[in-house]
Amino acid sequence: MRILRFAQDDSNVLRTLGAVGPLIALLATCVFFATRSDRFLTGDNLSIVLQQVMVVGVIAIGQTLIILTAGVDLSCGTVMALGAIVMTKLAAELGVSVPLAIAAGIGVTTLFGFLNGLLVTRINLPPFIVTLGTLNIAFAITQLYSNAQTVTDLPEAMNALGGTFRVGGTSVVHGVVVMLVLYALAAFVLRETASGRHVYAVGNNPEAARLTGIATPRVILAVYALAGVLYGIAALLSVARTGVGDPNAGQTENLDAITAVVLGGTSLFGGRGTVLGSLVGALIVGVFRNGLTLMGVSSVYQILVTGILVILAVATDQLSRRGAR
Amino acid sequence: MTAPVRVGLSCVALALCAASLEAQQPIIGLITKTETNPFFVKMKEGAQNAAAANGLKLITGAGKNDGDNAGQVTALENMIAAGAKVVMITVNDSKAIVPAIRKARAKGVVVIALDSPTDPVDAADALYATDNYRAGTLIGQYARAALGGRGPKIVTLDLLPGHPVGAQRHNGFLKGFGLAAPEKANNTLGKPPEVVCMADSYGDQTKGQTGMETCLQKNPDINVVYTINEPTAAGAYKALKAAGKEKGVVLVSVDGGCQGIRDVASGAIAATAQQYPVKMAELGVAAGAAFIKTGRKPAGYTDTGVALIAGQPMAGVESKDVATGMQSCFGRK
Repeated sequence: MRILRFAQDDSNVLRTLGAVGPLIALLATCVFFATRSDRFLTGDNLSIVLQQVMVVGVIAIGQTLIILTAGVDLSCGTVMALGAIVMTKLAAELGVSVPLAIAAGIGVTTLFGFLNGLLVTRINLPPFIVTLGTLNIAFAITQLYSNAQTVTDLPEAMNALGGTFRVGGTSVVHGVVVMLVLYALAAFVLRETASGRHVYAVGNNPEAARLTGIATPRVILAVYALAGVLYGIAALLSVARTGVGDPNAGQTENLDAITAVVLGGTSLFGGRGTVLGSLVGALIVGVFRNGLTLMGVSSVYQILVTGILVILAVATDQLSRRGAR
Repeated sequence: MTAPVRVGLSCVALALCAASLEAQQPIIGLITKTETNPFFVKMKEGAQNAAAANGLKLITGAGKNDGDNAGQVTALENMIAAGAKVVMITVNDSKAIVPAIRKARAKGVVVIALDSPTDPVDAADALYATDNYRAGTLIGQYARAALGGRGPKIVTLDLLPGHPVGAQRHNGFLKGFGLAAPEKANNTLGKPPEVVCMADSYGDQTKGQTGMETCLQKNPDINVVYTINEPTAAGAYKALKAAGKEKGVVLVSVDGGCQGIRDVASGAIAATAQQYPVKMAELGVAAGAAFIKTGRKPAGYTDTGVALIAGQPMAGVESKDVATGMQSCFGRK
């Protein structure tokens, strides 16, 4: 089946474009800004872009897994915010030890992922509606639990991932390394392991996957739960980045994570795409935002360009599908 | 991971031949709560003019929506990367932004808060803002005078729970009205018995209307309405009119937007306390320019002023007329 799929790939120019298009876009963006500002291509500035995409980047890994199964998760950012409030409140206000507080935060986000997965697989509800519901539930719990107040004065250890180390003359945030390692792991699992191939198979054609003996519901459930774990890690990164537990965090990430995945060339219809593409997608947005500010141009244009690129990406995917049939 | 690495290398290669097109004017940044609110559009305009007059280049950024702290942190980092020596900011979350501001100041960047204070206030170098307690006091005094001898039945349509600006305006209003009121530094909303109904409007017209409708259900004989801002007042007026109660009610507000002043002219709003976003921006830019030139950092709180704009002047309460209010309003004239 794998060989067959690749044979199709090669026969289809648009599909190839779908795969390398995002990279070309990122490259072109870099070239553009490099010629516009001499501050863009400094180690420090590129490091800043990476630290600015690390939260949405990690969320986007979970989102990619879900979208590969032809699902979607609208609740990702809000669930992350809940995780962040749980871990900061436990550690800063209730005196729970930092590792335990972090584990509890990740536990809560995992629980939410698991809940999404259960509703999707056991009751067969559409992921869009399920996660629209859990988005609101997670938001309300976050506001109620935090009393709509930002949690401050966190123990030092909680911000450890926000600290930096030096590579050459550039300081790099620890959290960025966490993000890159997670991407490498996810890419390896998806490409090289049976479980990874099952995710693609389920998204491509759930019926065919079931007939070849793949436990489709179990794969989907595992994907949602794993996404929950990743949201928890993103929560920790977000806490480390801002130094506070912010009950209003995550609301832009809900859709930004989906944007990154789509810009990275992963198909919203499932079964096609790469997790590294999502990193490229997140970077495109981050580079635009950063570069425009360096040029002194309002960052609203970044939102405009992102919108256009999303439609281009989806259109390329859709046209390539039509071509394949 | 090879993809981003490859891109990074190509970027570096290109940098070597990329010519710098950047002008060497000193840079000053302005981060607003959102891009679209007329108050901040006017502030940006003022900052742009002041920056040009001082030979500075202004770069701007904003949160994506009201309350978006992460977006403001990102904008702040990018401005420092762009080489800004001074950043002015209207904070979305008074506490959550503080660690990012500390980091910026540790790098030698001067951070000036405009319009809203950080918590703690001294997290930023300086604050240029309306005295919101005084704004509340002015409209409280006016409402008391306008009500005449009637016993007050007050509705307050407030901002949102826990917000210092909302608390200061609300408590200032009570104080001006001559009721028991918490002091300026207190962020809990005072609730003397004369206040018969309170609702959170989030500064939003629709929510203001909903809140007023609910309060009218609870107490049909309301005669004073305090609102956190003019969109909320517009919503409240709509609800009052639908209930046929707009005549006997004194409706007061804060802001001084052009639409709000028009509502004062038409009599929908009795009086509003006008604040001055352009002045905040001008003072901020001037302080920034002084720092860039002389190295002297701005400090402390500067009141950017507030004036009562009323349709009908009341004896014993100093106010300005609608024409004066229109001259310095923000939004579409």
